[in-house]
Amino acid sequence: MIDLEWMAWTLPTAVFFAGIAALLVGMSVWQHVSPTRRRRGALGLSTTRGDRVFLGLLASAFLQLAWLGLTPFSPWIAAGLGGVLLVWILRFG
Amino acid sequence: MTLRKRHVGLALYLGFLLVPIGWMLNMSLRPTADILSTFRLLPMDPSLENYRTILGDPSWYSGYLNSLTYVGMNTALSLLVALPAAYAFSRYRFLGDRHLFFWLLTNRMAPPAVFLLPFFQLYSTFGLIDTHLAVALAHCLFNVPLAVWILEGFMSSVPREIDEMAHLDGYSFPRFFLTLFLPTIGPGVGVTAFFCFMFSWVELLLARTLTTVQAKPIAAVMTRTVSATGLDWGLLAAAGMLTIVPGALVIWFVRRHLAKGLALGRV
Amino acid sequence: MNRTEHPRAWLLVAPVLAVVAFSALIPLMTVVNYSVQDIFGPGQRVFVGSEWFREILRDERLHAAFGRQLLFTASILAIELPLGVAIALSMPTRGPGVSLTLVTLALPLLVPWNVVGTIWLIFGRADIGLGGALLHGLGLEWNYAQNAADAWALLLVMDVWHWTSLVALLAYAGLRAIPEPLRQAAQIDGASPWAIFRHVQLPKLRGVLTIALLLRLMDSFVIYTEPFVLTGGGPGNATTFLSQYLAQRAVGQFDLGPAAAFSLIYFLIILALCFGFFTALTAHELHDAPEGEGGEGEA
Repeated sequence: MIDLEWMAWTLPTAVFFAGIAALLVGMSVWQHVSPTRRRRGALGLSTTRGDRVFLGLLASAFLQLAWLGLTPFSPWIAAGLGGVLLVWILRFG
Repeated sequence: MTLRKRHVGLALYLGFLLVPIGWMLNMSLRPTADILSTFRLLPMDPSLENYRTILGDPSWYSGYLNSLTYVGMNTALSLLVALPAAYAFSRYRFLGDRHLFFWLLTNRMAPPAVFLLPFFQLYSTFGLIDTHLAVALAHCLFNVPLAVWILEGFMSSVPREIDEMAHLDGYSFPRFFLTLFLPTIGPGVGVTAFFCFMFSWVELLLARTLTTVQAKPIAAVMTRTVSATGLDWGLLAAAGMLTIVPGALVIWFVRRHLAKGLALGRV
Repeated sequence: MNRTEHPRAWLLVAPVLAVVAFSALIPLMTVVNYSVQDIFGPGQRVFVGSEWFREILRDERLHAAFGRQLLFTASILAIELPLGVAIALSMPTRGPGVSLTLVTLALPLLVPWNVVGTIWLIFGRADIGLGGALLHGLGLEWNYAQNAADAWALLLVMDVWHWTSLVALLAYAGLRAIPEPLRQAAQIDGASPWAIFRHVQLPKLRGVLTIALLLRLMDSFVIYTEPFVLTGGGPGNATTFLSQYLAQRAVGQFDLGPAAAFSLIYFLIILALCFGFFTALTAHELHDAPEGEGGEGEA
């Protein structure tokens, strides 16, 4: 077995990547069950479902950064807001 | 008359490109003591001493061989994996194709500095540190996406009818790809190889981090000119001149394809 | 030119996935892991959550480096794009001059990046460099090792020298793709050269110029080697850009956690830029594609 100690895995990051992987698998299955349609939403961009998930994740990441950089409050609040943002972009973006 | 004026401007710009290189050439033909003592526009007594030092010392010229080795390996590797993928992106539709393409591009844009430490440890784990393969693989990070991108552009400009005709004529896919399709996009492959060569040749940060002795690139060997008595300017300039030579040769050979390739391709 | 579905597709992209996953995915995961821990040595690490991100985001020196980065990138774009187009317009279209111009233009692109720094290091020095000596001869106080403005000027000139050719070559390729009769027709109609450029050539160049703009934007955003050789980020921190600062933290001070957090923030910015790039590129293609090509990909 190759020594992977240098990768310095922790439980939270493992959960994070497992979540991303699960999301990818889930999106693929969803696509298989009901294919997406390209559409133009509230953001004014022509996007597919996958694009919106990516945009949503990116937007919540920036929200999280802004939260950490500008406010002293718990990052969990930003995580919650990020989740809401993700769902909003997925639904209406 | 405007034509004349334009050409003067162009000539001035080309001069601006050449003068600094010419100045380094001037430095490379003079011993350092002479460089530091007198300021001259042209070498009084041009000598090839600096070049002789470099070409006569294995620790110097092995740097060139190392650089050329990993650049060659990287170019071959990039083309090898990028050709089939570019074909898939240009001809087939599959789950997540656009997102995959995007993900590849993000790697072209990723700052190498970000990957320095993990790279070092990743390659240590596989015992690849200080091998040419390590640098060749690391440079794939930006060259493979680039190669896929350029090749995809070329392939998409080839009509699909060729594929269908070959299929009807009973060509197997590998045979069609190798004997019919590849020659058709020949210039594209050339241009792609040119860009892979170029970006691998000019990169230093990763190449220097992943090598210590055996595979050290020439650009890193150049730091040897710094000694206790200061910089050996003449030697540094000569080494620099020699790093320009392979690039200049490559450009000279692809000059005809370059314009055509640039017009068809994407970079 | 509709693309079809074929099971072979995945087989064909598999090698690329393997190579890029090895050289991009594993390192990226490692960076994420580093970013949430305080690492003292092999096997000695403590989970610190988002502490490093908080620290990095409030790091005054990072803010300064980011500001300098933006200024540098904006400056070189403002110089290189118009200059590159101007060069492309004045390039010959036939005859022996074409090869010569192309080769000369492409030359700076193939010089190793640290040698680019070295060339200008020599050229800009007041004692042994032609450029520095000329400026001194004109009576200017020129010392890029001590004067921040001089260091900036030298870096900008170096970057223009190094990269304008890329813009010029792309724009040249774009110009060559425009059918000649189009230009001739406009000329016969009595259009001025400027009008021809503005209304015939420039619109056709939109595609390649987008590529040029974004390539220069991305590459200048990650610039490292040339300033490292030329100014070492100095005088003081006057030319310390993002990559420089990152390398200082990660390699110089061995602050793995903060450096990793910084890397991720950097990467997110690049990701956002990339998305803009990709949207701009494919918006073009989608516009040309027939309707209904929509549901082509997912996940």
